[in-house]
Amino acid sequence: MFVAGCDVGSLSAKAVIMKDGSIVASHVMFARPEPGESARAVMDEALKKAGLSMGEIACCVGTGYGRNSIPFAQSVESEIACHGKAAQWLNPEVRMVIDIGGQDAKAIRIDGAGKVVRYAYNDRCASGTGRFLEIMAGAMGIDIEAMGDISSRAKNPVSLSNQCVVFAETEIISLINAGRELPDIVGGLHRALSHRVASLARSIELEIGITMTGGVAKNRGMFEALQEALGVNLIRIDTDPQIIGAVGAALMARQAAAAGE
Amino acid sequence: MIAAGCDVGSLTTKAVILNNARLLGHALVRSSFNPEKSASEVMEKALASARLTFADIGFCVGTGYGRERIGFVKKTVSEISCHAKGAHFLQPSIRTIIDIGGQDCKAMRLDARGEIVKFITNDKCASGTGRFLEVMAKLLGLELDELGSISGRAAHPINLASTCTVWAQAEVIMHLNEGMPKADLAAGINEAMAARVAILARSVGIEKDVCMTGGVAKNSGVVAAMEKQLGVPMRRLRVDPQLMGALGAAVFARERIGVN
Repeated sequence: MFVAGCDVGSLSAKAVIMKDGSIVASHVMFARPEPGESARAVMDEALKKAGLSMGEIACCVGTGYGRNSIPFAQSVESEIACHGKAAQWLNPEVRMVIDIGGQDAKAIRIDGAGKVVRYAYNDRCASGTGRFLEIMAGAMGIDIEAMGDISSRAKNPVSLSNQCVVFAETEIISLINAGRELPDIVGGLHRALSHRVASLARSIELEIGITMTGGVAKNRGMFEALQEALGVNLIRIDTDPQIIGAVGAALMARQAAAAGE
Repeated sequence: MIAAGCDVGSLTTKAVILNNARLLGHALVRSSFNPEKSASEVMEKALASARLTFADIGFCVGTGYGRERIGFVKKTVSEISCHAKGAHFLQPSIRTIIDIGGQDCKAMRLDARGEIVKFITNDKCASGTGRFLEVMAKLLGLELDELGSISGRAAHPINLASTCTVWAQAEVIMHLNEGMPKADLAAGINEAMAARVAILARSVGIEKDVCMTGGVAKNSGVVAAMEKQLGVPMRRLRVDPQLMGALGAAVFARERIGVN
């Protein structure tokens, strides 16, 4: 039996297809202006990779910011529940998930069954979300995907005095003008974002077994900076951190389909 | 004896020249990357408007963000003290001052003698500071002062859901794409600004009379929105509110001359 999960985020859309507890295909693409259209397009790509058609999917669960606009989803689940579910399924030792998305950040504590125990959420302030790095990359004229590699060459990361994205952007420009090295600036940005997210995580008390999900987790500079800010080693999950929400949705779909049979 | 005050802010630098209680001259220039140069430039302009030279100044006080970098001042005083001093000098009935600068916002409460009883500053978040309006004006393709003037023509002000400047920017872009009139957008932006500042102002306690100082006080839309938010009238001062810090600095300088 095939099941699917579709996660329509603010910046990207993700789809995952599973069969008997393993991932058969997945796809990630930039979100389109219309969430329903993003969902359709990303699912079509995932189906194509799996060599399936929509009719062969027993159940599909939607999640993410645009979850209520997914035409083919039988039900919807919160991103928080999906990230918790998937992280625990991918690594049973995980008890806390830190998910940094394009427009928000979440810290989620889960139990041994992947059920959410407690969570904290920031979508009010752009600083402390993926948007922080996106805007800074734009200000420096670098590709956001390259930030992890650039920061690995940092010798003496800068310490930013501003937290606000608007003020920090001005600060970055003056640091560039002052001749600071790009890797040191990028390293400083990773530190700044990590500290912000670490305090969000601390607000619900840290639990042993922390992993990082969401698109920002692909940035190895951020991964390391977050480890440093939290003072613990993070659990690495082999699966693309960006599709975790969709994996969780697919697991929910599997449960729903099994219950329906 | 001539007293002078110089206020080096993040965006503008201001100077005021006083002879006793009489305002002889003033000037305002855009701050350059070099605070010392901006200070000299603005003071020369203010002196020229009063037909005076540097040698005529008996005492000069500096204030503002760049106050430690002004070469010609004999003393520096915080902006908070200077705004309180200036407002109290013009209008002794003032008890609450809301000062919105280019990169910060301050609310302060004074006693009957003009002494500061309580104050609070926001310089951590761009929202609720002049920077918020600057970002929004640029987005709408308007000059900063046009944000106030066109908002008076708004028929249906938009309601911004986000506080964060970054998210509010995305909201405004969305409304622009929908073809929303700029007046409605400007009015909504001024409302959002006032709502944010009102939270800060309420935390020091609002006591009448209330006035606004700093460059944003020239935006009639924000002033009207503040009056609506706080439910009290904003007392208009007879001097440009943007000069208040420099005026207060000059009043401090005048006191020093009196002591000597």
